[in-house]
Amino acid sequence: MGLLSGPEPDVAADAGHADPPPRVGFFTDTSVCIGCKACEVACKEWNAVPEDGLDFTGWSYDNTRALGADSWRHVAFVEQRRPDGDGGMRWLMASDVCKHCTHAACLDVCPTGSLFRTEYGTVVVQEDICNGCGYCVPACPYGVIEKREEDGRAWKCTMCYDRLGDGLEPACAKACPTDSIQFGPLEELRTRAATRLAQLHVAGVSDARLYGHEPTDGVGGDGAFFLLLDAPETYGLPPDPVVTTRDLPAMWRYAGMAALTLFGGITAISMFGRRR
Amino acid sequence: MSESVVTREGVRGQRPGREASPAALRSGRRGGERTVVPDAEFASYYGRPILKRAPWAASDIAGYFFLGGLAGASSVLAAGADAAGRRHLATVSKLGALGAIGVSTALLIHDLGVPSRFPHMLRVFKPTSPMNTGSWLLAVYGPSAGFAALTHVTRLFPRLGATSTSLAALTGPAVATYTAVLLADTAVPTWHESHRELPFVFAGSSMCAATGLALALLSPARHGSVRTTALLGGLIELAASRRMRRRLGLLAEPYRRGRAGLLTLAAETLTLLGALTAPTARTRKAGLLCGGSLLLGSALTRFAVLEAGRACADDPKYTVLPQRRRKEAETREESPPEMAPPLGLS
Repeated sequence: MGLLSGPEPDVAADAGHADPPPRVGFFTDTSVCIGCKACEVACKEWNAVPEDGLDFTGWSYDNTRALGADSWRHVAFVEQRRPDGDGGMRWLMASDVCKHCTHAACLDVCPTGSLFRTEYGTVVVQEDICNGCGYCVPACPYGVIEKREEDGRAWKCTMCYDRLGDGLEPACAKACPTDSIQFGPLEELRTRAATRLAQLHVAGVSDARLYGHEPTDGVGGDGAFFLLLDAPETYGLPPDPVVTTRDLPAMWRYAGMAALTLFGGITAISMFGRRR
Repeated sequence: MSESVVTREGVRGQRPGREASPAALRSGRRGGERTVVPDAEFASYYGRPILKRAPWAASDIAGYFFLGGLAGASSVLAAGADAAGRRHLATVSKLGALGAIGVSTALLIHDLGVPSRFPHMLRVFKPTSPMNTGSWLLAVYGPSAGFAALTHVTRLFPRLGATSTSLAALTGPAVATYTAVLLADTAVPTWHESHRELPFVFAGSSMCAATGLALALLSPARHGSVRTTALLGGLIELAASRRMRRRLGLLAEPYRRGRAGLLTLAAETLTLLGALTAPTARTRKAGLLCGGSLLLGSALTRFAVLEAGRACADDPKYTVLPQRRRKEAETREESPPEMAPPLGLS
């Protein structure tokens, strides 16, 4: 049960890493995001991510549109009428990123083993293995990973795996001027997030909520979780994602029954036909 | 514009018909009045999809599913024909299976971003990945179907022929149905939530394809029990499809709209026509027409399912609404109404 869904406290060890370092992650506190997009730029620079199109969307200040093969951080901008009804506006900004799920569907369905669990508990694509089958793309419940058309392989955030190995924090967290993006051991981040949420609630921001922090949720908790000021779908996030492989045993059961039906049906009719 | 009113009374329920949803943008705002259609009762980020659609070319992957099904069911038909001593049926089914699985594998490789890395599929054995399982399945089934056909045509190595015919008949049904698991094991709700019925749709559709090939190529005198098998296949497919759509509810909508809707209609009409006329196709021409419509119907079924998944991934409402409904139901169960919402965590 624990390996396909539900809480899994030690992902790296379960993936076969002996004596792994503590699991790390991102806590993105959108209440202090100022929409500067330094994270997007730092990510592109450090990881040499190609250009993703120079478009003008008219969606507030968002011309990146979404996470994808060539956008590993994406700052969402939402313009809303203010809650107090004085006719004013409020501007929500949130830097989205791969969630590095505890139960990562992209990793589960990858047929080549190109996607793997690192010793830090993060999920990374090995580009020298990926054969571009594209299965990870519809498997991701957040719509993060994508096939890059130019080279045919799948790409996404690595949580700067190369930097982690050198004891550095990921480029986006390093560049964030307001500490909206915080990097660290996941346990510590969860405590920090709970404190911040309590603070905001006391201050009267009752809409503040955490997203992706619960190890009991459908993906076993996210390695990158968020503090949001509105419903997740407002930011383009699914409200209650579930890892698709949770139901894999059931899927095989039904497929087995269907295969038996096919075999039994054809064989029975052939045999009956012979006797006549 | 993603513009919405946030109230202190709470976030949900206070904002029916939020303007940010694509449906409301289209019908409501342009018409100058708010819409209250259920479609619009959720927020979205500029109407943008949450999921990414599968990057598969329909001609490659639907073709791969169809031909895999044709091959798998043909191998079972061939084994039955061998047992019943019907050589002509065995010839058509064995050669059909070999040809279909060959083209099917070629289509799968063609769809890869890096086709030269196809062998990477077999560098691991990974039961959590239906595509990996399927590749191993093909690695067993493909050569079996190949040997079955070659030994049958050349009449050489009869014992190897019998073994490979049996092996192909045993793995064939898995080749025909695992592709339903492949689709269901994604985050696309219309695919995932149909994981009970989709394997049966594919099983029935594969029976239609294999019998269709035999009915089209064999002279009516040699059709024999294949006619009954075609009818059974058609009935299984249509019954499973119907049940699938009924259970999917809102998520069945992609099967009724747009391109997927047209493909579904065409597929079911052809399958029904082929299956019902199969028992009475007593002339060469009737066999060709009946077999042709069974084959075409089977292929279109796969295209329809693929297209429905695309339409589902493209509209955020199919992702958001069922999840929100589920979450609300869970919250109602967990917290009794007398509990006040927590202010802090400590």
